[in-house]
Amino acid sequence: MAVDENLKIELGKQGVFVTTVEELYNWGRRSSIWPMQFGLACCAIEMIATTMARYDLARFGAEVFRPSPRQADMMIISGTVTKKMAPQVVRLYNQMAEPKYVIAMGACAISGGPFKQGYNVLKGIDRYIPVDVHIPGCPPRPEALLQAFMTLQKKIDAQPLTGEGRPRHLDAEAQGEFPVPVEGEHDLEPASNKGVWTVPVVIR
Amino acid sequence: MTPSTIDPERLEGWNRPPIIEPDGEGDLLEVAMGPHHPSTHGVFRMDLALDGERVIRLKPVFGYLHRNHEKIAETVSYLATMPYTDRLDYICSLTNNWAYALAVEKLVGQEVPERAEYLRVILGELTRAQNHASSIGFLLQEMGASGTPLMYAFREREKILDLFESLTGSRMMCNYMRFGGCRVDASPVWLDAVRKVVAGLPAFVDEFERFLSGSEIVMARCQGVGILKPELAINAGVTGPMLRASGVNYDIRKVDHYGIYDRFKFRVPLGDHGDIYDRYMVRILEIRESIGILEQALKGIPGGPVMDPKAKIRNFRPKPGEAYGRIEAPKGELGFYLISDGGPNPYRYRVRPPSLINLTVLEDMCLGSNVADVVLIFGSVDIVLGEVDR
Amino acid sequence: MKTVEEIKTAIEAAVPGVGLTIIPNPGPSGQHSLLLAPEHAASVAKFLRDDAEFTLDFLSNVSGVDWPDKEIAEKVKVTRQVTKTVDGEEQSVEETVEEVRKHVQPGFLEVVYHLYSVAKKHGPVTLRMRTINRSDQVELPSLTPIWRSAEFQEREIFDLYGVVFVGHPDLRRLLMWDGFKDHPMRRDYVEPDDYEYEPTPHDSVLLKAKAHQAAVAGRESAQ
Repeated sequence: MAVDENLKIELGKQGVFVTTVEELYNWGRRSSIWPMQFGLACCAIEMIATTMARYDLARFGAEVFRPSPRQADMMIISGTVTKKMAPQVVRLYNQMAEPKYVIAMGACAISGGPFKQGYNVLKGIDRYIPVDVHIPGCPPRPEALLQAFMTLQKKIDAQPLTGEGRPRHLDAEAQGEFPVPVEGEHDLEPASNKGVWTVPVVIR
Repeated sequence: MTPSTIDPERLEGWNRPPIIEPDGEGDLLEVAMGPHHPSTHGVFRMDLALDGERVIRLKPVFGYLHRNHEKIAETVSYLATMPYTDRLDYICSLTNNWAYALAVEKLVGQEVPERAEYLRVILGELTRAQNHASSIGFLLQEMGASGTPLMYAFREREKILDLFESLTGSRMMCNYMRFGGCRVDASPVWLDAVRKVVAGLPAFVDEFERFLSGSEIVMARCQGVGILKPELAINAGVTGPMLRASGVNYDIRKVDHYGIYDRFKFRVPLGDHGDIYDRYMVRILEIRESIGILEQALKGIPGGPVMDPKAKIRNFRPKPGEAYGRIEAPKGELGFYLISDGGPNPYRYRVRPPSLINLTVLEDMCLGSNVADVVLIFGSVDIVLGEVDR
Repeated sequence: MKTVEEIKTAIEAAVPGVGLTIIPNPGPSGQHSLLLAPEHAASVAKFLRDDAEFTLDFLSNVSGVDWPDKEIAEKVKVTRQVTKTVDGEEQSVEETVEEVRKHVQPGFLEVVYHLYSVAKKHGPVTLRMRTINRSDQVELPSLTPIWRSAEFQEREIFDLYGVVFVGHPDLRRLLMWDGFKDHPMRRDYVEPDDYEYEPTPHDSVLLKAKAHQAAVAGRESAQ
């Protein structure tokens, strides 16, 4: 239940701060998203460039890159996920504490990108874990990563804490662990996680 | 693990890493360092066996970024592989372009106009400068100087990337060289912008060196650590700044005289001890030499076309044959081996990755040292995983 | 740098009984190569590394190449007896017919070594070795004991092409995982079918996507 904006401003002038729990909770969540220090390929260099002085990710409260998945809120899949690396990516995602978010950065993380035809390249990380924001580009510019951050912040802001669209950590029935694929004799097994990814319908 | 589990075949008959005996107190600790580790420059894994703090065994594990570059290149045309070479060593895309263009030009016997050669030298040396600056930044990051030296390096790198972007259209993935020249001509405005950036580079290197070269921490942690003997370096195929830090005078720019490098005056910096500090110093000095080459090239760049008008672009089918072309990339000798069967696609396309082959001696350098030094020794090799695994 | 012929003569003088063949390179690069017999490879390599004149102390590049079985079609003129009816009478007449005969040239795996000299600053010298076939006789001697730089490159060729290097100190897969069964750089490698979602297929991808859809339709109709 939102508070009327004008009333809020009026009360603010009187020195009274009015908000809802939902707004406060989401404000706290979105203002300090700590990414995991985790680079895969070319996009990782652009991710590092985003944290450096010119683009300055610190403006979004997200400059604290954590080496441990336990301390991280968000995973930036920055680069090509190979079939050899995919089990480790899923395992790292499982080790992160809720609430957790995923940004798929670059064409490779989304779909395999230019390397899609490779025998060892996973055609998109969303076959195994849910992705919140996709950024196209090869590699995406640092501005695009900042845009992805802002999109994610908007997404968090709009999340209700109860009801249908509530975040996973407030939903007792939600899936907690995601199955880790196994390296098989010819391919990963299974080739995709059916609970997360269904083959999209192609409309021609 | 006990020493007896060391494979007996590893013992004799080859230039093997030394065998370090544990002191016998307590058990050995086996650690898998990576593929997700903040200091491994990406997805690289080392399986370590530790006796206390000492490294007894080290096995690198590759393939976490194996993107099938060579297989894909065999299914697409020669030119369509050019953008893929950008993504090999993704910090230095232009030198990758150059090496591939050079190999194809050897395969078909193609000449390159003079202005294009100058542009290649300018872009190659800018690439070298920014690669060495960032690699030193990463090395310092691993030493514990979290962020600051890297920020200085990236500040300068951004200026060079701006130049790349205004000429080629992309910050990192430039896709600029063509067989027989370059894709677009550089305007006088762009050349002036390069002059301005190059004029600012010496001040940056001076500043960098003022903070780092005499720093007590840098000296304490780098000097005498990770020593690589020149005989082993040559035998193991180590190239680039690593080889020269061990005191071996081998720079492909001087040996092969590819392009127009014989027109420029520059020195090849060499190290004495082959430790991490020497590798750091060789990189700093190479930036200074690159600045010298850039100044000469910017002074002498002639007018003219950037693309050989006789170069075949459509229906590009080299005659059957093969060629191996190589250049001195910032990481070492980057070579491309191509076999043509007369078709539009290469029959065999092979990249000789300097990063992978330089890692051959990682075990030799690390054995017997402390586990904290492994991170530094690894950082001083200066690898990029896109090239190691391809 | 000496020509390939001169190198061949020098090696033949130093290593008696060595089987060397010059593989000419018709392209403009002019990098001709020497084909070694596997049983003499180690002694030739040692000679090239240690000889004062060559001092090829730096093995730069090791590449694997796959040459699959090649079907060669030849037109042959054959004379044979044909029964024909001439003037209402059956007669046996000799006739010359053109016939296409096919025979299969067996394939092999090839390993190419590019050598340089750091001391003398010359090169490259290209050496090649070939396996007997592509299936069961794929052993070649490892040159890692001579040049350490072959260590990872030979492991990579073992992984991607399936050449077994005898005498390699640590022959394991380099890039793919240990349980992987195929050799993906071979030209007859069939990649796993994960073409279920192709929004904009074209060329070879379109063919693969169609094959996938046909396979799925076949599986569904069977059920």
